[in-house]
Order: sequence, then C-alpha cells, then structure tokens
Amino acid sequence: MGVLNYMSQWRSLAKEAMDRTAIVAKFLCLLHVTNTYVCSSTLVYGPSMLPTLNVTGDVVLAEHVSHRLGKVGLGDLVLVRSPGDPKKTVTKRVVGMEGDKVSFFVDPMSSDICRTAVVPKGHVWIQGDNAYVSNDSRHFGPVPYGLIQGKVFLRVWPLDSIGFLGE
Amino acid sequence: MATRNVLWNYSKKIFTFGLIGLTASDSLASISVVRGASMSPTFNPSTSGFMGLRTDDCVLVEKTCLVKYKFSHGDVLPSNHKEKHIKRIIALPGDWIGIRHCSDVRRIPEGHCWVEGDNPSSSMDSNSFGPIPLGLVKGRVTHIVWPPQRIGAVEKRIPSDRGQAF
Repeated sequence: MGVLNYMSQWRSLAKEAMDRTAIVAKFLCLLHVTNTYVCSSTLVYGPSMLPTLNVTGDVVLAEHVSHRLGKVGLGDLVLVRSPGDPKKTVTKRVVGMEGDKVSFFVDPMSSDICRTAVVPKGHVWIQGDNAYVSNDSRHFGPVPYGLIQGKVFLRVWPLDSIGFLGE
Repeated sequence: MATRNVLWNYSKKIFTFGLIGLTASDSLASISVVRGASMSPTFNPSTSGFMGLRTDDCVLVEKTCLVKYKFSHGDVLPSNHKEKHIKRIIALPGDWIGIRHCSDVRRIPEGHCWVEGDNPSSSMDSNSFGPIPLGLVKGRVTHIVWPPQRIGAVEKRIPSDRGQAF
C-alpha cells in the first residue's frame, strides 16, 4: 500500500513538473516569435547616428513586419545585419532605394570629393546620420535588401526622450 | 455556448502548435523544396521524372549553424536574394577564387562567401552576382528527405575543378 501511495505521489509530482515546463517552453516560443516577426527591442550605441541617437546607448523598438512586406522606404531607420560581420547588427538610415542615384562625400573629414553611385536592383544604400565617423555604404557599398532585419520606430530609453523616430 | 468553447479550445491549440512549430523551424531545422536544375547532380538529377512528372527534392535545412556563422567549404546552403537559392559554398572570407569564364582572380572580402551551383551550365551564382554577405545565409542543407529512394545525407565536397589552388 505504501509503495502504491508513493508511486501515485511521484506520478502527480512528475505531471506537475511537466506542465510547468510546457508552460515555460510555450512562453519562450511566444517570445521568440514576437521577437522575430513582430517587434523587438535593441540597444543601440556608438557615434554613427549621433544627432538622432545618443552615443551612450538608446533602447529602441524595431518592428519586423514592414521589411517582409517590402515597405521600407527612404529615410527609415533600419536594423541591418552588418555585411562585414554577420554576427553584428547595425542601425543606419536608408538613403537610397534600388535604382536611385546617391551622391556622397567619400571622406568628409579631410576632403570634399563627391562621388555618385547608382544603387543596383535588390539593394539599398544605408548611411549613418553622423557622416564623419560612420562605417556605412560609403565603405562597403550598397547592401542587399535581404540583410535588413527590421525598422526602428520608437525610442523607449532614456525616458526623457521617449517617442517616435520619424524622418 | 458549448460549440464556442470547443472552437476556442481548438484555436488555442492551433496557436500554440504554430508558435512551437515556427520556433523550431527558425532555430533548429526546416524543410524546403528544391526547384530548378542548378544543383543538378546533387539535387533534382533528372529533369523529367517518372511518366513526365517532375519530382522535386525536399531537403532538411539545419539552422543551428546560424548562431556562430561557422561554415566550411563545400557546405550546401540556401541563401536569400529576395527569393531563395540553394548553392554550395566554394570560398570563405580571405580565400582567393578564380572567376569562371574569365581569368580574374579575386579575394573574398570579410564576412562574405562565394557560392556556386553544382551545375555550371544552368546556374545563377556568384559568377554573375559576385560574393554574397554571410548574413544572407539562411541555413545549411544536411539531408534529402524526399523522394524516398533518395533519402540520405548531402555530402560536403568541392568540385574538382574549383580546388583551393590559390
């Protein structure tokens, strides 16, 4: 009798543990899906987007719907997987869409040589807002549209400059 | 009221199933269909199958390699150039590669790779659009899962005429 009792106790315990694990797993799945398909938060730091985003680090929300629908347009802030290092993600502004002609200063620090490039099909031209210290399409050329990960639309941190990031 | 409850329960189940399925296909592995003859000896070997019916191969695409972006020569991978392609990695960052149909030799830039189809006569690959960023890579093809007589692993190899001669 004692053994049976013990068995049933153990069984209910195992069942409860399984239920809890299932709930956690479901929650993690939901988190993953919202993060990749709906919207996610990113910490952006560095001087390349200076007038728009701070050097010290802003937390921004990016939505992952419009780039799948092909609705990324001129002037949008986008998250782009860096072409030089696929593990990194960079935040830049779209300056040219496919077929556009883009004029840019090669090195605004030391010279004012201006060059013009045509963005090829299926690519976008991205640049940082701070032309002096930004590593962007002026160095690595136009990036394929498939590298765009999301569109940044809202800043949530620091709290005093919370708000939408428009053009 | 009862039917509403049943419906609600069903939709809840479908939603959960969808969530788990999506997560698994994103982070572990997914299955996709190979179309076209650009990888011809490896996938879709005959253009017209039994009684004129074309059988497209289904392949298992493994996604865990995306965490570290570690690939090796001869891996087969689908990459996204707005639509998906399945190609074989011929060269990785820092390698030198000779371009087909002309005698140029170029270096693969950091974070890029050189991809080619196994069928040189009908393949749209790096010979026409240059090296592609590794960020576009969506996974690694490891197994053929359909049709049943062709189930098996996809071997890593580099075409003999594209050896690392440089």
